[in-house]
Amino acid sequence: MEVRPFNDISYERFLSEEKLMGSRCWKCGAFFVPPRCICIECYGTEMEWVEIKGKGKLVAFTCIAIGPPSMIKEGYDRKHPYVSGVVELEEGVRVVARIEGIDGSKPETIKIGIPLKVEFLHRGEGQDLTTFLAFRPL
Amino acid sequence: MQKQRKLKRGVAMVGVGMSKFGMFKDKDSKYLFAEAFNEMLSTVDKGVDPEDIDALYLGNFTNDFFIHQGHWGPIIADLIGLTPKPATRTEGACASSALAFREGIFAIASGFYDMVLVGGVEEMSKRSTEEVTQGLAMAAIPYEVKAAFTFPGVFGATATAYFAKYGANREHLMNVTIKSHNNARLNPKAQFNVSIRDIMDQRIERAKHKGEPVPAWRDEKEFLRDAGVNPVVAWPMHLYDCCPISDGASCVLLVAEERAKNFTDTPLYVVGIGQGSGKGLHAKEDLTYFEATRYAAQEAYGLSGLKPEDVQIAEVHDCFSIAEIIHIEDLGFFKPGEGYRAVEEGLTRLDGSKPINTSGGLKCKGHPVGATGTGQLVEIWKQLRGEAGERQVPIKDLRIGAAHNLGGTGGTCTFTILERR
Ligand SMILES: [Zn+2]
Repeated sequence: MEVRPFNDISYERFLSEEKLMGSRCWKCGAFFVPPRCICIECYGTEMEWVEIKGKGKLVAFTCIAIGPPSMIKEGYDRKHPYVSGVVELEEGVRVVARIEGIDGSKPETIKIGIPLKVEFLHRGEGQDLTTFLAFRPL
Repeated sequence: MQKQRKLKRGVAMVGVGMSKFGMFKDKDSKYLFAEAFNEMLSTVDKGVDPEDIDALYLGNFTNDFFIHQGHWGPIIADLIGLTPKPATRTEGACASSALAFREGIFAIASGFYDMVLVGGVEEMSKRSTEEVTQGLAMAAIPYEVKAAFTFPGVFGATATAYFAKYGANREHLMNVTIKSHNNARLNPKAQFNVSIRDIMDQRIERAKHKGEPVPAWRDEKEFLRDAGVNPVVAWPMHLYDCCPISDGASCVLLVAEERAKNFTDTPLYVVGIGQGSGKGLHAKEDLTYFEATRYAAQEAYGLSGLKPEDVQIAEVHDCFSIAEIIHIEDLGFFKPGEGYRAVEEGLTRLDGSKPINTSGGLKCKGHPVGATGTGQLVEIWKQLRGEAGERQVPIKDLRIGAAHNLGGTGGTCTFTILERR
Protein backbone atom coordinates (compact mmCIF):
# COMPACT_ATOMS: atom_id res chain seq x y z
CA MET A 1 0.00 0.00 0.00
CA GLU A 2 1.12 3.49 -0.84
CA VAL A 3 2.29 5.44 2.20
CA ARG A 4 1.36 9.07 1.87
CA PRO A 5 3.85 11.66 3.07
CA PHE A 6 3.11 12.97 6.57
CA ASN A 7 2.07 16.46 5.61
CA ASP A 8 -0.91 18.77 5.19
CA ILE A 9 -1.48 17.74 1.57
CA SER A 10 -2.04 14.13 2.64
CA TYR A 11 -4.12 15.28 5.62
CA GLU A 12 -6.37 17.22 3.25
CA ARG A 13 -6.61 14.28 0.84
CA PHE A 14 -7.72 12.01 3.68
CA LEU A 15 -10.32 14.58 4.70
CA SER A 16 -11.72 14.51 1.17
CA GLU A 17 -12.06 10.73 1.63
CA GLU A 18 -13.92 11.39 4.90
CA LYS A 19 -11.09 10.23 7.11
CA LEU A 20 -9.58 12.25 9.94
CA MET A 21 -5.99 11.01 10.14
CA GLY A 22 -3.02 11.72 12.38
CA SER A 23 0.57 10.52 12.56
CA ARG A 24 2.03 8.33 15.31
CA CYS A 25 5.73 8.16 16.06
CA TRP A 26 7.10 4.60 15.76
CA LYS A 27 9.81 5.24 18.29
CA CYS A 28 7.95 6.89 21.17
CA GLY A 29 4.27 6.56 20.28
CA ALA A 30 3.53 10.32 20.34
CA PHE A 31 0.41 11.08 18.33
CA PHE A 32 -0.22 14.21 16.25
CA VAL A 33 -3.30 15.57 14.53
CA PRO A 34 -2.82 17.21 12.06
CA PRO A 35 0.16 15.01 11.19
CA ARG A 36 3.79 15.94 11.79
CA CYS A 37 6.73 14.55 9.82
CA ILE A 38 9.11 15.17 12.73
CA CYS A 39 8.23 13.89 16.19
CA ILE A 40 8.65 16.87 18.51
CA GLU A 41 8.91 14.53 21.52
CA CYS A 42 11.86 12.36 20.37
CA TYR A 43 12.80 13.77 16.95
CA GLY A 44 11.98 10.43 15.36
CA THR A 45 11.02 10.59 11.69
CA GLU A 46 9.39 7.18 11.28
CA MET A 47 5.64 7.73 11.40
CA GLU A 48 2.49 5.75 10.75
CA TRP A 49 -0.98 6.96 9.85
CA VAL A 50 -3.69 6.38 12.42
CA GLU A 51 -7.37 7.13 11.88
CA ILE A 52 -9.29 9.10 14.50
CA LYS A 53 -12.60 7.61 15.57
CA GLY A 54 -14.19 11.03 15.37
CA LYS A 55 -15.74 11.54 18.78
CA GLY A 56 -14.85 14.40 21.06
CA LYS A 57 -16.04 17.33 23.13
CA LEU A 58 -16.14 21.08 22.68
CA VAL A 59 -13.43 22.93 24.63
CA ALA A 60 -13.81 26.45 23.21
CA PHE A 61 -15.94 28.13 20.56
CA THR A 62 -16.87 31.37 18.89
CA CYS A 63 -19.88 32.50 16.85
CA ILE A 64 -18.57 34.56 13.97
CA ALA A 65 -20.75 37.33 12.56
CA ILE A 66 -18.13 38.88 10.28
CA GLY A 67 -16.50 36.04 8.37
CA PRO A 68 -14.22 35.74 5.37
CA PRO A 69 -15.68 35.94 1.83
CA SER A 70 -15.86 32.12 1.57
CA MET A 71 -18.25 31.97 4.54
CA ILE A 72 -20.28 34.94 3.33
CA LYS A 73 -20.73 32.99 0.09
CA GLU A 74 -22.15 30.10 2.14
CA GLY A 75 -24.81 32.46 3.44
CA TYR A 76 -23.37 33.41 6.82
CA ASP A 77 -23.58 37.04 7.90
CA ARG A 78 -24.24 39.31 10.88
CA LYS A 79 -27.75 37.87 11.27
CA HIS A 80 -26.59 34.28 10.70
CA PRO A 81 -23.27 33.73 12.45
CA TYR A 82 -21.43 30.42 12.06
CA VAL A 83 -19.62 28.55 14.81
CA SER A 84 -15.94 27.57 14.88
CA GLY A 85 -14.42 25.70 17.78
CA VAL A 86 -11.66 23.71 19.40
CA VAL A 87 -12.53 20.04 19.85
CA GLU A 88 -10.79 17.59 22.15
CA LEU A 89 -10.91 14.10 20.67
CA GLU A 90 -11.28 10.86 22.61
CA GLU A 91 -7.72 10.05 21.53
CA GLY A 92 -6.55 13.00 23.67
CA VAL A 93 -5.54 15.37 20.87
CA ARG A 94 -7.29 18.57 19.80
CA VAL A 95 -8.35 19.97 16.43
CA VAL A 96 -9.89 23.23 15.26
CA ALA A 97 -13.00 22.80 13.17
CA ARG A 98 -16.29 24.25 12.09
CA ILE A 99 -19.14 23.33 14.39
CA GLU A 100 -22.35 22.46 12.55
CA GLY A 101 -25.87 21.94 13.85
CA ILE A 102 -25.62 24.70 16.47
CA ASP A 103 -27.34 28.07 16.19
CA GLY A 104 -24.59 30.69 16.12
CA SER A 105 -27.11 33.41 16.88
CA LYS A 106 -27.76 31.91 20.33
CA PRO A 107 -24.27 31.69 21.84
CA GLU A 108 -25.59 31.68 25.42
CA THR A 109 -27.12 28.26 24.77
CA ILE A 110 -23.82 26.69 23.66
CA LYS A 111 -22.14 24.76 26.44
CA ILE A 112 -18.47 23.92 26.66
CA GLY A 113 -17.99 20.18 27.12
CA ILE A 114 -20.85 19.03 24.89
CA PRO A 115 -20.14 15.74 23.03
CA LEU A 116 -19.53 16.02 19.29
CA LYS A 117 -18.94 13.72 16.33
CA VAL A 118 -16.95 14.36 13.19
CA GLU A 119 -18.47 15.44 9.88
CA PHE A 120 -16.91 16.29 6.52
CA LEU A 121 -18.14 19.28 4.53
CA HIS A 122 -17.40 19.08 0.82
CA ARG A 123 -17.46 22.45 -0.92
CA GLY A 124 -16.77 23.50 -4.51
CA GLU A 125 -16.33 21.32 -7.57
CA GLY A 126 -13.58 19.75 -9.65
CA GLN A 127 -10.24 21.45 -9.06
CA ASP A 128 -11.77 23.65 -6.38
CA LEU A 129 -13.25 20.79 -4.36
CA THR A 130 -12.23 21.26 -0.72
CA THR A 131 -13.27 19.28 2.33
CA PHE A 132 -13.67 21.09 5.63
CA LEU A 133 -13.39 19.35 8.96
CA ALA A 134 -16.51 19.85 11.04
CA PHE A 135 -18.17 18.48 14.17
CA ARG A 136 -21.80 18.22 15.15
CA PRO A 137 -23.48 17.56 18.52
CA LEU A 138 -24.13 13.85 19.11
CA MET B 1 14.67 26.81 32.29
CA GLN B 2 15.94 29.57 30.05
CA LYS B 3 19.57 30.53 29.75
CA GLN B 4 20.61 33.78 31.39
CA ARG B 5 21.13 36.21 28.52
CA LYS B 6 23.12 39.40 28.28
CA LEU B 7 23.75 42.20 25.81
CA LYS B 8 27.41 42.90 25.03
CA ARG B 9 26.78 46.62 24.99
CA GLY B 10 23.93 48.69 26.44
CA VAL B 11 21.43 50.42 24.19
CA ALA B 12 19.34 53.55 24.85
CA MET B 13 16.38 55.28 23.25
CA VAL B 14 17.01 58.97 22.57
CA GLY B 15 14.04 59.93 20.41
CA VAL B 16 10.58 58.67 19.45
CA GLY B 17 7.94 59.59 16.92
CA MET B 18 4.44 58.55 16.03
CA SER B 19 1.99 59.65 13.37
CA LYS B 20 -1.59 60.11 14.38
CA PHE B 21 -3.29 56.71 14.19
CA GLY B 22 -6.60 56.52 12.35
CA MET B 23 -8.23 55.87 8.99
CA PHE B 24 -6.82 58.23 6.41
CA LYS B 25 -7.90 58.01 2.79
CA ASP B 26 -5.44 60.76 1.86
CA LYS B 27 -2.29 59.50 3.65
CA ASP B 28 -0.07 56.70 2.34
CA SER B 29 2.66 54.69 4.06
CA LYS B 30 5.42 57.11 3.09
CA TYR B 31 3.52 60.12 4.34
CA LEU B 32 2.66 58.38 7.61
CA PHE B 33 6.26 57.36 8.23
CA ALA B 34 7.44 60.88 7.43
CA GLU B 35 5.08 62.16 10.12
CA ALA B 36 6.61 59.77 12.67
CA PHE B 37 10.18 60.51 11.53
CA ASN B 38 9.78 64.27 11.75
CA GLU B 39 8.34 64.00 15.24
CA MET B 40 11.21 61.72 16.27
CA LEU B 41 13.77 64.34 15.16
CA SER B 42 11.97 66.95 17.26
CA THR B 43 12.10 64.78 20.42
CA VAL B 44 15.88 64.40 20.50
CA ASP B 45 16.63 67.00 23.19
CA LYS B 46 20.11 67.98 22.02
CA GLY B 47 19.39 67.35 18.34
CA VAL B 48 20.56 64.66 15.95
CA ASP B 49 21.94 64.67 12.43
CA PRO B 50 20.04 62.03 10.41
CA GLU B 51 23.30 61.46 8.51
CA ASP B 52 24.56 59.64 11.60
CA ILE B 53 21.93 56.92 11.37
CA ASP B 54 23.73 53.69 10.41
CA ALA B 55 20.75 51.55 9.42
CA LEU B 56 16.97 51.21 9.36
CA TYR B 57 14.89 48.27 10.59
CA LEU B 58 11.26 48.53 9.56
CA GLY B 59 8.27 46.42 10.57
CA ASN B 60 5.41 45.95 8.14
CA PHE B 61 2.91 43.14 7.75
CA THR B 62 0.08 43.74 5.29
CA ASN B 63 1.16 46.24 2.67
CA ASP B 64 1.97 43.47 0.17
CA PHE B 65 -1.65 42.39 -0.10
CA PHE B 66 -3.58 45.48 0.97
CA ILE B 67 -1.83 47.91 -1.36
CA HIS B 68 0.08 45.39 -3.52
CA GLN B 69 3.49 46.77 -2.75
CA GLY B 70 6.21 44.92 -0.90
CA HIS B 71 9.88 45.57 -0.14
CA TRP B 72 9.30 48.55 2.13
CA GLY B 73 12.80 48.78 3.64
CA PRO B 74 14.47 50.71 0.81
CA ILE B 75 11.33 52.72 0.01
CA ILE B 76 11.30 54.17 3.52
CA ALA B 77 15.12 54.47 3.58
CA ASP B 78 14.87 56.62 0.45
CA LEU B 79 12.00 58.64 1.92
CA ILE B 80 14.17 59.77 4.82
CA GLY B 81 17.35 60.19 2.77
CA LEU B 82 19.10 57.18 4.22
CA THR B 83 20.19 55.41 1.03
CA PRO B 84 22.63 53.78 0.37
CA LYS B 85 22.64 52.68 4.02
CA PRO B 86 21.02 49.33 4.77
CA ALA B 87 17.30 48.89 5.38
CA THR B 88 15.82 45.63 6.58
CA ARG B 89 12.15 44.78 6.80
CA THR B 90 10.93 42.57 9.62
CA GLU B 91 7.67 40.64 9.63
CA GLY B 92 6.04 39.18 12.73
CA ALA B 93 2.42 40.01 11.94
CA CYS B 94 1.17 42.54 14.53
CA ALA B 95 4.55 42.37 16.29
CA SER B 96 6.53 43.39 13.20
CA SER B 97 8.02 46.58 14.59
CA ALA B 98 8.84 44.97 17.94
CA LEU B 99 11.02 42.63 15.88
CA ALA B 100 12.58 45.63 14.10
CA PHE B 101 13.32 47.11 17.53
CA ARG B 102 14.97 43.87 18.63
CA GLU B 103 17.11 43.67 15.49
CA GLY B 104 18.20 47.25 16.12
CA ILE B 105 19.16 46.38 19.70
CA PHE B 106 21.25 43.41 18.55
CA ALA B 107 22.94 45.47 15.83
CA ILE B 108 24.09 48.07 18.37
CA ALA B 109 24.81 45.63 21.21
CA SER B 110 27.11 43.66 18.91
CA GLY B 111 29.14 46.78 18.29
CA PHE B 112 28.40 46.79 14.56
CA TYR B 113 26.35 50.01 14.53
CA ASP B 114 26.18 52.97 16.90
CA MET B 115 22.86 54.50 15.87
CA VAL B 116 19.88 52.83 14.21
CA LEU B 117 16.34 53.87 13.44
CA VAL B 118 13.67 51.24 14.10
CA GLY B 119 9.97 51.54 13.43
CA GLY B 120 6.95 50.32 11.58
CA VAL B 121 4.25 51.38 9.19
CA GLU B 122 0.90 50.01 8.05
CA GLU B 123 -1.73 51.17 5.61
CA MET B 124 -4.95 49.21 6.15
CA SER B 125 -8.03 51.36 5.84
CA LYS B 126 -8.27 51.44 2.07
CA ARG B 127 -9.83 47.95 2.08
CA SER B 128 -13.25 46.71 3.25
CA THR B 129 -13.66 45.18 6.71
CA GLU B 130 -14.13 41.75 5.10
CA GLU B 131 -10.91 42.08 3.09
CA VAL B 132 -8.96 43.25 6.13
CA THR B 133 -10.41 40.38 8.17
CA GLN B 134 -9.30 37.93 5.51
CA GLY B 135 -5.88 39.56 5.16
CA LEU B 136 -5.16 39.53 8.89
CA ALA B 137 -6.24 35.89 9.09
CA MET B 138 -3.07 35.17 7.12
CA ALA B 139 -1.23 35.60 10.42
CA ALA B 140 -3.25 32.83 12.05
CA ILE B 141 -2.18 29.28 11.36
CA PRO B 142 -3.49 27.41 8.30
CA TYR B 143 -5.72 25.02 10.28
CA GLU B 144 -7.45 27.96 11.96
CA VAL B 145 -8.01 29.69 8.65
CA LYS B 146 -9.50 26.50 7.22
CA ALA B 147 -11.84 26.17 10.21
CA ALA B 148 -13.03 29.72 9.29
CA PHE B 149 -11.57 31.32 12.42
CA THR B 150 -11.04 35.04 12.07
CA PHE B 151 -8.76 37.00 14.42
CA PRO B 152 -11.68 38.08 16.60
CA GLY B 153 -12.82 34.45 16.39
CA VAL B 154 -9.57 33.07 17.81
CA PHE B 155 -9.76 35.52 20.72
CA GLY B 156 -13.48 34.82 21.10
CA ALA B 157 -12.73 31.12 21.53
CA THR B 158 -9.92 32.04 23.94
CA ALA B 159 -12.43 34.04 25.96
CA THR B 160 -14.91 31.16 26.21
CA ALA B 161 -12.11 28.95 27.54
CA TYR B 162 -11.05 31.65 30.04
CA PHE B 163 -14.65 32.17 31.17
CA ALA B 164 -15.12 28.41 31.66
CA LYS B 165 -11.91 28.03 33.65
CA TYR B 166 -12.07 31.12 35.86
CA GLY B 167 -15.74 32.07 36.05
CA ALA B 168 -15.33 35.46 34.37
CA ASN B 169 -17.96 36.78 31.98
CA ARG B 170 -18.63 39.46 29.38
CA GLU B 171 -19.22 42.11 32.02
CA HIS B 172 -15.58 41.78 33.07
CA LEU B 173 -14.41 42.42 29.52
CA MET B 174 -16.42 45.65 29.53
CA ASN B 175 -14.25 46.98 32.37
CA VAL B 176 -11.25 46.78 30.04
CA THR B 177 -13.05 48.64 27.27
CA ILE B 178 -14.31 51.41 29.56
CA LYS B 179 -10.81 51.95 30.99
CA SER B 180 -9.18 52.00 27.54
CA HIS B 181 -11.59 54.67 26.35
CA ASN B 182 -11.09 56.76 29.50
CA ASN B 183 -7.34 56.77 28.85
CA ALA B 184 -7.64 57.42 25.10
CA ARG B 185 -9.86 60.41 25.85
CA LEU B 186 -6.68 62.04 27.17
CA ASN B 187 -4.55 61.00 24.16
CA PRO B 188 -4.85 63.43 21.22
CA LYS B 189 -3.21 60.92 18.87
CA ALA B 190 -5.68 58.14 19.62
CA GLN B 191 -8.03 56.99 16.89
CA PHE B 192 -10.92 56.97 19.38
CA ASN B 193 -10.04 59.91 21.58
CA VAL B 194 -13.36 59.70 23.51
CA SER B 195 -14.70 57.95 26.60
CA ILE B 196 -17.66 55.57 26.38
CA ARG B 197 -19.59 58.23 28.33
CA ASP B 198 -18.72 60.79 25.60
CA ILE B 199 -19.98 58.41 22.92
CA MET B 200 -23.22 57.87 24.85
CA ASP B 201 -23.75 61.61 25.26
CA GLN B 202 -23.07 62.23 21.55
CA ARG B 203 -25.58 59.57 20.55
CA ILE B 204 -28.20 60.91 22.96
CA GLU B 205 -27.68 64.44 21.61
CA ARG B 206 -27.95 63.21 18.04
CA ALA B 207 -31.19 61.35 18.78
CA LYS B 208 -32.67 64.46 20.45
CA HIS B 209 -31.58 66.64 17.55
CA LYS B 210 -33.16 64.30 14.98
CA GLY B 211 -36.29 63.85 17.06
CA GLU B 212 -35.63 60.10 17.37
CA PRO B 213 -36.30 58.05 20.52
CA VAL B 214 -33.65 58.96 23.08
CA PRO B 215 -31.64 55.95 24.31
CA ALA B 216 -32.04 55.36 28.04
CA TRP B 217 -28.65 53.85 28.95
CA ARG B 218 -28.07 54.33 32.66
CA ASP B 219 -24.34 53.66 32.55
CA GLU B 220 -21.50 52.54 30.29
CA LYS B 221 -22.20 48.86 30.79
CA GLU B 222 -25.80 49.26 29.77
CA PHE B 223 -24.56 50.96 26.60
CA LEU B 224 -22.14 48.09 25.93
CA ARG B 225 -24.90 45.52 26.51
CA ASP B 226 -27.01 47.20 23.80
CA ALA B 227 -26.62 45.03 20.68
CA GLY B 228 -27.81 47.95 18.57
CA VAL B 229 -24.64 49.90 19.32
CA ASN B 230 -22.32 47.05 20.28
CA PRO B 231 -23.05 44.08 17.98
CA VAL B 232 -21.34 40.69 18.02
CA VAL B 233 -18.23 40.36 15.85
CA ALA B 234 -17.16 36.89 17.02
CA TRP B 235 -18.90 35.89 20.24
CA PRO B 236 -18.11 36.84 22.94
CA MET B 237 -16.08 39.55 21.16
CA HIS B 238 -18.35 42.47 20.36
CA LEU B 239 -17.49 45.61 18.40
CA TYR B 240 -16.20 47.41 21.52
CA ASP B 241 -13.98 44.46 22.45
CA CYS B 242 -12.04 44.78 19.18
CA CYS B 243 -9.28 47.11 18.06
CA PRO B 244 -10.07 49.09 14.92
CA ILE B 245 -8.59 49.01 11.43
CA SER B 246 -5.92 51.72 11.37
CA ASP B 247 -3.24 53.46 9.37
CA GLY B 248 -0.15 54.77 11.09
CA ALA B 249 3.58 54.76 11.64
CA SER B 250 5.97 55.02 14.56
CA CYS B 251 9.72 54.98 15.11
CA VAL B 252 12.38 54.98 17.80
CA LEU B 253 15.98 56.18 17.59
CA LEU B 254 18.43 53.81 19.28
CA VAL B 255 22.03 54.58 20.17
CA ALA B 256 24.86 52.86 22.02
CA GLU B 257 24.45 53.50 25.73
CA GLU B 258 27.75 55.34 26.12
CA ARG B 259 26.64 57.90 23.51
CA ALA B 260 23.14 58.47 24.86
CA LYS B 261 23.98 61.60 26.86
CA ASN B 262 25.23 63.31 23.68
CA PHE B 263 21.58 63.42 22.60
CA THR B 264 19.60 63.89 25.79
CA ASP B 265 20.01 64.09 29.53
CA THR B 266 17.02 61.74 29.90
CA PRO B 267 17.52 58.73 27.64
CA LEU B 268 15.59 55.55 28.32
CA TYR B 269 17.78 52.51 28.74
CA VAL B 270 16.66 49.22 27.23
CA VAL B 271 17.16 46.92 30.21
CA GLY B 272 15.06 43.92 29.16
CA ILE B 273 14.08 42.37 25.86
CA GLY B 274 12.39 39.04 25.22
CA GLN B 275 10.70 37.19 22.40
CA GLY B 276 8.86 33.88 22.20
CA SER B 277 6.98 31.75 19.68
CA GLY B 278 3.65 30.02 20.21
CA LYS B 279 1.56 27.19 18.79
CA GLY B 280 -1.86 27.18 17.19
CA LEU B 281 -5.09 26.75 19.14
CA HIS B 282 -5.26 22.99 18.49
CA ALA B 283 -1.79 22.36 19.89
CA LYS B 284 -2.16 24.38 23.09
CA GLU B 285 -2.77 22.39 26.26
CA ASP B 286 -4.49 25.36 27.85
CA LEU B 287 -6.15 28.15 25.91
CA THR B 288 -6.09 30.62 28.79
CA TYR B 289 -2.49 31.80 28.46
CA PHE B 290 0.12 32.54 25.81
CA GLU B 291 3.23 30.43 26.11
CA ALA B 292 5.14 32.88 23.88
CA THR B 293 4.39 35.80 26.21
CA ARG B 294 5.51 33.88 29.28
CA TYR B 295 8.75 32.93 27.52
CA ALA B 296 9.39 36.50 26.33
CA ALA B 297 8.69 37.85 29.81
CA GLN B 298 11.05 35.39 31.46
CA GLU B 299 13.79 36.36 29.01
CA ALA B 300 13.29 40.09 29.60
CA TYR B 301 13.04 39.80 33.38
CA GLY B 302 16.14 37.61 33.40
CA LEU B 303 18.15 40.10 31.34
CA SER B 304 17.09 43.07 33.45
CA GLY B 305 17.25 41.44 36.87
CA LEU B 306 13.81 42.95 37.48
CA LYS B 307 10.61 41.30 38.68
CA PRO B 308 7.03 41.88 37.53
CA GLU B 309 6.38 44.03 40.63
CA ASP B 310 9.23 46.37 39.60
CA VAL B 311 7.42 47.29 36.38
CA GLN B 312 5.42 50.41 37.24
CA ILE B 313 3.43 50.85 34.01
CA ALA B 314 2.95 48.77 30.87
CA GLU B 315 1.47 48.85 27.43
CA VAL B 316 0.14 45.39 26.51
CA HIS B 317 -1.22 44.04 23.24
CA ASP B 318 -4.98 44.45 23.75
CA CYS B 319 -6.01 43.58 20.19
CA PHE B 320 -9.14 42.26 21.96
CA SER B 321 -10.35 42.96 25.50
CA ILE B 322 -9.78 39.38 26.67
CA ALA B 323 -6.16 39.61 25.47
CA GLU B 324 -5.37 42.44 27.92
CA ILE B 325 -6.64 40.34 30.83
CA ILE B 326 -4.55 37.34 29.79
CA HIS B 327 -1.39 39.39 29.15
CA ILE B 328 -1.36 41.05 32.57
CA GLU B 329 -1.44 37.54 34.02
CA ASP B 330 1.20 36.10 31.67
CA LEU B 331 3.54 39.01 32.39
CA GLY B 332 3.31 38.21 36.10
CA PHE B 333 1.50 41.41 37.16
CA PHE B 334 -1.41 39.33 38.46
CA LYS B 335 -1.87 35.62 39.13
CA PRO B 336 -3.49 33.41 36.48
CA GLY B 337 -7.25 33.81 36.72
CA GLU B 338 -7.01 37.05 38.72
CA GLY B 339 -6.43 39.55 35.91
CA TYR B 340 -10.12 40.21 35.36
CA ARG B 341 -10.61 40.94 39.07
CA ALA B 342 -7.65 43.37 39.06
CA VAL B 343 -9.26 45.28 36.19
CA GLU B 344 -12.62 45.23 37.99
CA GLU B 345 -11.00 46.67 41.13
CA GLY B 346 -9.47 49.51 39.10
CA LEU B 347 -5.86 48.48 39.70
CA THR B 348 -5.02 48.94 36.01
CA ARG B 349 -6.55 52.41 35.67
CA LEU B 350 -4.42 55.55 35.21
CA ASP B 351 -4.62 56.14 38.97
CA GLY B 352 -4.32 52.46 39.87
CA SER B 353 -1.33 50.66 41.34
CA LYS B 354 -0.39 49.15 37.94
CA PRO B 355 -1.59 51.39 35.10
CA ILE B 356 -2.02 49.40 31.89
CA ASN B 357 -2.37 50.87 28.40
CA THR B 358 -2.31 54.49 29.46
CA SER B 359 -2.34 55.41 25.75
CA GLY B 360 -5.77 53.83 25.34
CA GLY B 361 -4.16 50.67 24.00
CA LEU B 362 -4.71 49.13 20.61
CA LYS B 363 -8.45 49.28 21.24
CA CYS B 364 -8.59 53.07 21.27
CA LYS B 365 -5.21 54.40 20.21
CA GLY B 366 -5.54 52.29 17.05
CA HIS B 367 -3.68 49.28 15.68
CA PRO B 368 -1.81 49.89 12.42
CA VAL B 369 -0.31 46.45 12.97
CA GLY B 370 3.29 46.98 11.87
CA ALA B 371 3.48 50.31 13.73
CA THR B 372 2.09 49.07 17.03
CA GLY B 373 5.23 47.62 18.65
CA THR B 374 7.31 50.80 18.48
CA GLY B 375 4.13 52.84 19.01
CA GLN B 376 3.79 51.26 22.45
CA LEU B 377 7.36 52.36 23.26
CA VAL B 378 6.42 55.93 22.37
CA GLU B 379 3.86 55.89 25.19
CA ILE B 380 6.32 54.45 27.70
CA TRP B 381 8.82 57.15 26.66
CA LYS B 382 6.28 59.88 27.35
CA GLN B 383 5.22 58.45 30.71
CA LEU B 384 8.75 57.77 32.01
CA ARG B 385 9.91 61.25 30.98
CA GLY B 386 6.85 62.91 32.51
CA GLU B 387 5.64 64.14 29.12
CA ALA B 388 2.28 62.34 28.95
CA GLY B 389 0.29 65.50 29.69
CA GLU B 390 -3.22 64.92 30.99
CA ARG B 391 -2.75 61.17 31.09
CA GLN B 392 0.51 61.26 33.05
CA VAL B 393 0.24 58.59 35.74
CA PRO B 394 0.48 59.95 39.29
CA ILE B 395 3.21 57.52 40.38
CA LYS B 396 6.10 59.10 42.31
CA ASP B 397 9.57 58.22 41.01
CA LEU B 398 8.31 56.59 37.85
CA ARG B 399 11.35 54.86 36.37
CA ILE B 400 10.42 51.45 34.94
CA GLY B 401 7.95 50.86 32.12
CA ALA B 402 7.38 47.96 29.76
CA ALA B 403 5.67 47.02 26.53
CA HIS B 404 4.24 43.70 25.35
CA ASN B 405 3.53 43.11 21.66
CA LEU B 406 1.81 40.06 20.17
CA GLY B 407 1.76 38.88 16.56
CA GLY B 408 -0.96 36.83 14.94
CA THR B 409 -2.85 34.65 17.36
CA GLY B 410 0.08 34.48 19.76
CA GLY B 411 2.64 33.07 17.33
CA THR B 412 5.08 35.87 18.12
CA CYS B 413 5.23 37.70 21.46
CA THR B 414 7.76 40.24 22.68
CA PHE B 415 8.37 42.03 25.95
CA THR B 416 10.57 45.10 26.43
CA ILE B 417 11.52 46.79 29.70
CA LEU B 418 12.74 50.41 29.70
CA GLU B 419 14.37 52.34 32.51
CA ARG B 420 14.91 56.03 33.19
CA ARG B 421 17.96 56.44 35.41
ZN1 LIG C 1 8.67 10.25 18.98
